[in-house]
Amino acid sequence: MASNFLRLRKPYYVESTINCSSSSDQKPVNLSFGINETRNQTKKRQAKEHHGRRSCLDSCCWVTGYLCTTWWLLLFLYHCCLPFTVGHEVPELMPAARLKREGLKGIHPVVLVPGIVTGGLELWEGKPCADGLFRKRLWGGGGFTQLLKRPLCWLEHLSLHNETGLDPPGIRVRPVPGLFGADYSAPGYFVWDVLVKNLAKIGYEGKNLHMAAYDWRLSFQNTEVRDCALSKLKSKIELMYRANGNKKVVVVPHSMGVAYFLHFLKWVETPPPMGGGGGPGWCAEHIKAIVNIGPSFLGVPKAVSNILSAEGKDVAYFRAMAPGVLDSGTLGLRALEHVMRVSRTWDSVVSLMPKGGETIWGNMDWSPEDEHVCEFSKKRYFRFSPSDNNVNNSDAKQVFRVKDPVKYGRIISFGKAASVLHSSQLPTTVLKEILHMSASRNFNSSCGEAWTEYDEMSRESIRKIGAADKAYTATTLFDLLHFVAPKMMNRAEAHFSHGIADNLEDPKYNHYKYWSNPLEMKLPDAPNMEIYCSYGVGIPTERSNVYKLSPSNKCKHIPYQIDTLVDEEDGSCLKSGVYFADGDESVPVLSAGFMCAKGWKGRTRFNPSGINTYVREYQSKPPTSGIKSTVHVDIMGNIALIEDILRVAAGATGEEIGGDKIYSDILRMSERINLQL
Amino acid sequence: MSFLRRRKGTDSSKSQNLRCNIVKEDEKNNLYESPRKESYNSKKWSCWDSCCWFIGFVCSVWWFLLLLYNTMPASIPQYVTEAIKGPLTDPPGVKLRKEGLTVNHPVVFVPGIVTGGLELWEGHQCAEGLFRKRLWGGSFGELYKRPLCWAQHMSLDNETGLDPPGIRVRPVSGLVAADYFAAGYFVWAVLIANLAQIGYEEKTMYMAAYDWRLSFQNTEVRDQTLSRIKSNIELMVATNGGKKVVVVPHSMGVLYFLHFMKWVEAPPPMGGGGGSEWCAKHIKAVMNIGGPFLGVPKSVSGLFSVEARDIAIARTFAPGFLDKDVFGLQTFQHLMRMTRTWDSTMSMIPKGGETIWGGLDWSPEGSSFNCGAKTLRNNSINNTDQIPNINLANMKNVNYGRIISFGKDVAEAHSSKIERVDLLDSMKADMLANLTNCDIWIEYHDIGDHRIKAVADYKVYTAGSILDLLHFVSPKLMARGGAHFSYGIADNLDDPKYQHYKYWSNPLETKLPDAPDMEIYSMYGVGIPTERAYVYKVTTATDCSIPFQIDTSAEGGSEDSCLKGGVFSADGDETVPVLSAGLMAAKGWRGKTRFNPSGIPAYIREYSHAPPANLLEGRGTQSGAHVDIMGNFALIEDVIRVAAGATGKELGGDHVYSDIFKWAERINLQL
Repeated sequence: MASNFLRLRKPYYVESTINCSSSSDQKPVNLSFGINETRNQTKKRQAKEHHGRRSCLDSCCWVTGYLCTTWWLLLFLYHCCLPFTVGHEVPELMPAARLKREGLKGIHPVVLVPGIVTGGLELWEGKPCADGLFRKRLWGGGGFTQLLKRPLCWLEHLSLHNETGLDPPGIRVRPVPGLFGADYSAPGYFVWDVLVKNLAKIGYEGKNLHMAAYDWRLSFQNTEVRDCALSKLKSKIELMYRANGNKKVVVVPHSMGVAYFLHFLKWVETPPPMGGGGGPGWCAEHIKAIVNIGPSFLGVPKAVSNILSAEGKDVAYFRAMAPGVLDSGTLGLRALEHVMRVSRTWDSVVSLMPKGGETIWGNMDWSPEDEHVCEFSKKRYFRFSPSDNNVNNSDAKQVFRVKDPVKYGRIISFGKAASVLHSSQLPTTVLKEILHMSASRNFNSSCGEAWTEYDEMSRESIRKIGAADKAYTATTLFDLLHFVAPKMMNRAEAHFSHGIADNLEDPKYNHYKYWSNPLEMKLPDAPNMEIYCSYGVGIPTERSNVYKLSPSNKCKHIPYQIDTLVDEEDGSCLKSGVYFADGDESVPVLSAGFMCAKGWKGRTRFNPSGINTYVREYQSKPPTSGIKSTVHVDIMGNIALIEDILRVAAGATGEEIGGDKIYSDILRMSERINLQL
Repeated sequence: MSFLRRRKGTDSSKSQNLRCNIVKEDEKNNLYESPRKESYNSKKWSCWDSCCWFIGFVCSVWWFLLLLYNTMPASIPQYVTEAIKGPLTDPPGVKLRKEGLTVNHPVVFVPGIVTGGLELWEGHQCAEGLFRKRLWGGSFGELYKRPLCWAQHMSLDNETGLDPPGIRVRPVSGLVAADYFAAGYFVWAVLIANLAQIGYEEKTMYMAAYDWRLSFQNTEVRDQTLSRIKSNIELMVATNGGKKVVVVPHSMGVLYFLHFMKWVEAPPPMGGGGGSEWCAKHIKAVMNIGGPFLGVPKSVSGLFSVEARDIAIARTFAPGFLDKDVFGLQTFQHLMRMTRTWDSTMSMIPKGGETIWGGLDWSPEGSSFNCGAKTLRNNSINNTDQIPNINLANMKNVNYGRIISFGKDVAEAHSSKIERVDLLDSMKADMLANLTNCDIWIEYHDIGDHRIKAVADYKVYTAGSILDLLHFVSPKLMARGGAHFSYGIADNLDDPKYQHYKYWSNPLETKLPDAPDMEIYSMYGVGIPTERAYVYKVTTATDCSIPFQIDTSAEGGSEDSCLKGGVFSADGDETVPVLSAGLMAAKGWRGKTRFNPSGIPAYIREYSHAPPANLLEGRGTQSGAHVDIMGNFALIEDVIRVAAGATGKELGGDHVYSDIFKWAERINLQL
């Protein structure tokens, strides 16, 4: 084998090291003969080297060889030893192993619904620059290497059409189907894999475990229009239900998948053409439980900062994945602008905007989390009796050592002053006036091709909006976004709504744009179904931002920035321009828990059939290692969560696994929210 | 060495310069030597240093070349090919897109045996860390790393033909299941890529992956695969505006889909309960590629002695590996033990017995096939009469009907001259097997020497008696298989017994569904010698080996002989003989017959084999070989045209190179 290898190498060697001008008069030499001769010569040469001659090149080769050999040796040893080390860790990592010994067996089929950005996308048709990438991943898995190899091409292919929110002409990027779609979002960065492994331990396999992959860039209804994703999911659930002896399915959506599945619940019972025509009993017949993980029912504030300035801390994981890439100038100096341009074509981002307006998220001077303690290192949860709901209770103030409640309601404020002063001291918001004033938008043609929609705004109005001392709540926010990103918001308004329904019987709520908003839809008539809100708590989570005008005033720049200089002493909720509240690093507790804790609790107008809801919180413990992590995505490896899911899948009800399990202030927060039920 | 040869072809100028290079090199060495000699004198190169140097050198050169290769624009290989061969023809997808073809009917792929990937869902201790990794397909890395563990996990339970306790190996689902069999070895990928060119994507293409080790009905019992396929086809028809699907099964998938068509219309609990109109409503066409409708002779040799040339393609991939002693001395025994737990291999035992495959002195191909493959295409005109043509000296009458014969002389002698000892008599004779202490359990160890001799004494086996033989040497296997497959010809198809699922995959014992608008295509390659009958010998080796072997010393003599290395070859695609692939479409289903009561139009599309012209072409665009045909441009074009809405008439109807119609005439099958 080795000699064979040698013989193949030689011609390369001769050719690559020494270049000889061709002599045409020379007779053709038999190739094999030539090679033999080369071998002899090389051997001789190597023999000579034994006499103690060493060039720089030789030393280099020696070093490389030495390193390679050592590396291989270590690799070999590692592989030899691996089975032993892994063997010891496995039982601990696997709650399923223990549960299996208890006799637990998978009974109900399980459907997994991935969230935003965790699902893989692959190329089916592309521009010439994407040659050779057919059916290769662009997003997820190894797809991110393409980001480094051909960044602009990559961004172009991930964008959607600016007008329709569907494929741009000549480009087809489609979700990766099956479990491979979202088991790992990048090599080594698991999403669903741990859960899948555990489910497999108690008997799950392809026929009773399904990953409902969808294109997370599209608005929910468009996944049906373009890919028939909702129809596929319906057919799959019906098949699994039948094929597994009429056992109802357990659905496990994560993050945005939660809103997607809410949409599905309504879609499936709505008659065609808008819906799936499953009839009013469909959910009751096919679904046992929905175990929502890290649910973003009421949206996440970071979606706002993402749209406004592409600065969401990690809603798109861009930063987490490749922080250096975005901040350094790999894509020229406009990495963020590129990202903004691409992500603004993704309708799904709009689905994550805060829903429910000031009623839920608080207004200028009030917010449900007012009494929140921000000193996370010393965090302690105080239990209040339900009657103790007076906000201005002086005792409470002392306990919390907070001078003034943080004004979380102001989701965007320009300048630190605007974020702390009482509303009466602030100039009244005059966004409407600005809108009027600049109704005749004067296009700044000096910028040439319009990059982001900011380039179509006049400098003056940008400054007016971003003038210091302005603050925007969850309601007025939409005026702001309509102003800075009119196209995107117009497109998205057709697919999503963010209000609170006054009267759910109004026939307008039959439209699909209301289906993913829990405050504007009724849950299906399925009293035996169960809904779980499972999420992590105890991690500072973005709740509102302090913005500033960005210093550079050039074209093609994003004019706003999070004011990272704004800071307060330790123990404050404000850090680098971001106010933090309790949550799982991405989704605040308020958004994740409110519906289960109040909106759907018992028989309400949002939950007319009285579906049981359970809040399952998982507390972050100081050594947040992998198996106990409660971070938005890492929670999928949390053993407590996995155990709950396994038990539900094996037939347990919410009462049997212990009902509500609450560490945060969600109940108190909910009480302070004045929502008509 | 192949690499060297290629270099010589492409840049022969380099080879002229080799001598010159060497001279220059030496000069360089001398240059180095003189000034530096003193400074490095103190250190000596040890052997270790030289090794390091050498490894480092090889690595560096390798990386350098890799770098060059990666920075090279993607168009270069194409450019080089064009420079050598002249401009390339557009792939069919691009060509047809220019003609304006677009997505019309959804397409369903049904992969064949061994081409689908299998992954591990639950395993024993030795398979730690392989969860959801491919055991079959991909790199086969585990086969090399832990062969015994691998064989254990790939085996099924010996009694039930289902999972052994504690092991769950499941088919990979989705298009990735069978697009590539191993890295770089395409199966469906080319067809998928070409379909994608005219707009197909995930929602309009579906890979009906199933566990190809199980018997067909057991895929439903264990995985509900048939239900899944039904549900998916229904979904695709519904979401594509009622357009019926075009099904493209390959190899054993052809039988699997036959089974499916019966299953889906049969009432539950045995069937899918789709009703008698399901196929008419949902299927536009079934485009069978290389379908072994009537079985393949090599499955017999596979079951008999695991020696099929490539029934498990494993041999093609690693011929040395199987013959060498990686498993100790018992590679074949392990292999036999594993493959004998796979019920599906029994679905491909020749069906129809002597009526189809020929008796002791008669076979449909008998005299009219010329084994000198080069002249194959021209002589079909010369041999229109059924009498052996004396002018062609090499056209000796080959007794293809004798699928297994012991000894070359027996294979060629007339039946009246062969002395045979009846198998059934010897079966009664000695039922006491001498128990051997072999590590590897195969059924041969249970049957004893006496019976082995009896097998050899029977001398000659036709397609009919081959079943007796298999029942004799491996009773357990055949008992299990008998519950799932049947190999006969139905006398009366209306007999209620034919409603049992074991008859569903045998086209001679089922009626096609009542769907007059459906179309059936038989598409296969021709022009490659294909295994048709074997010459066997009894091995004289130790107790624990397989007692029978193909007698590779049996040669036909002349170059054009059909007998080579103990194997009689006939026309086919290297795996499936033309007879098996084409007979149903040429005769059994042609017009309204009892097998095809509603008169579904059947078309034969043959593709004449042309090997790739050079290495740059890879596996060729005009290949007719069993798996490589999936990259045949003409076949892909046909599939795409049908998917875009064309009918068989529009494609040009039958397209025949072989003598299949002539052979079909000779077969005396009641229609």
